[in-house]
Amino acid sequence: MDDIKRKYVIPGDVITTGPYRAEENVNLVGDKIIATTVGISEIYDSGVRVIPLTGMYLPRIDDFIIGIVKSHTSLSWELDMRSCYPGILPAQDVFGRDFNPKVDELTSRLKKGDLVAARIANFDRSRDPLITIGDRDLGKIEEGELVKISPSKVPRLIGKRGSMIQTIESATKALITIGQNGYIVVSCEEPEGLLKALDAIRMIDEQAHVPNLTEKIQEMLGSNSE
Amino acid sequence: MGVKKTDIVLLDDKGIRCDGRKIDEPRNIMIKAGVLKNANGSAYIEFGENKILAGVFGPRDVHPKHLANTDRGILRCRYHMQPFSVSERKNPAPSRREIEISKVIKEALEPAVMLENFPRTVVDVFIEILQADGGSRCAALDAAAVALADAGIPMRDMVSACAAGKVADTIVLDINNEEDQEGQADMPVAYMPNLEKVTLLQLDGVLTPAEYKKCVETAINGCKIVYEVQKKALKDKFFGDSPQ
Repeated sequence: MDDIKRKYVIPGDVITTGPYRAEENVNLVGDKIIATTVGISEIYDSGVRVIPLTGMYLPRIDDFIIGIVKSHTSLSWELDMRSCYPGILPAQDVFGRDFNPKVDELTSRLKKGDLVAARIANFDRSRDPLITIGDRDLGKIEEGELVKISPSKVPRLIGKRGSMIQTIESATKALITIGQNGYIVVSCEEPEGLLKALDAIRMIDEQAHVPNLTEKIQEMLGSNSE
Repeated sequence: MGVKKTDIVLLDDKGIRCDGRKIDEPRNIMIKAGVLKNANGSAYIEFGENKILAGVFGPRDVHPKHLANTDRGILRCRYHMQPFSVSERKNPAPSRREIEISKVIKEALEPAVMLENFPRTVVDVFIEILQADGGSRCAALDAAAVALADAGIPMRDMVSACAAGKVADTIVLDINNEEDQEGQADMPVAYMPNLEKVTLLQLDGVLTPAEYKKCVETAINGCKIVYEVQKKALKDKFFGDSPQ
């Protein structure tokens, strides 16, 4: 895996030509593999892909996301999840199978502006993504500070096998919940730790493409604590 | 087709144009990406005396809903001139010319934007002309393409646009306002530089087949110059001065 070739690309840049498999955010034209978004191209084994540096969140089934309640109908809530589609959370998911729209008032459980930790249950081209909270550790988020970062930078925030997020959590004693859609909730008992964690997350958002970011974050967290 | 008698000399004996440029020299171009906070993507361009701001929203929900396409996304485009963009106040209501330019810009961007990835959504492109000189549709397209890339909307290629025209019986690159008024032909061209495809070609004036061919070639060369500036604008915003 060490022979990954990386390059900065913008839409239209020819990444390579030849017998490679075109993966995410690339377009195969003849034998040319062309980037379709601004990002970092990677050529590995036999595949080529571009890690985007900007853009919206595109829902994928089973993704863990954090949504903000936007509105509700008599049967479901609509969540903002920084995507081009609203997330649909059915009332049955929250009230259980004996949900009765005549009796149960949806605002008694989730109001506009509430944060919800959820999972994407179903999504395809023809309908809006269906959200579920029927799982362990899912449901309404009661406390914490919301930070919004670019969805494409979430993998960088987590780091290799969670290294980056562990670094931040252990240095600040904060609890960080990361949604794949770029919404992040940070909670911490000490206000100082909270501020430090927020700064670190914002720094990753701004400098996601810079090499050796983990060391820089460690340095920043270390120097602040002195 | 004789040269019109005017006060200004459009092209002198040494091949220098009225604003001091050579025949194959574009005006100064400066593009900055990501200048607006609230839009998903944005760009500001100075193309000679043109000053244009472009903002992109989306992909997002379509309103009114009946415009939505279940199969693919749609692209909407608004080209608008500010009342102060020209020397005599321009009525801010959309004019016939602005409606037409909005349409041609939309059609020039559509082949590049991969709307099939986002069914039932819309991508909105808003273009405000702050100061107009000749060739504002090309400059507007250049800014719109950078704003789309800045918004992270998947594109098959960038779209670069530049005009060429005929002035004093000579084919010249990137005609300015005076040359547009007094010249013999104006041809705006938009081009996808890596796919080598033309997405916009208009012609106002009369050209012989040989002149037409030369004019298209000249305009495409101009597009390639513009492309380098667009590339630099995006690289400056996203990669700063960090090494490759």
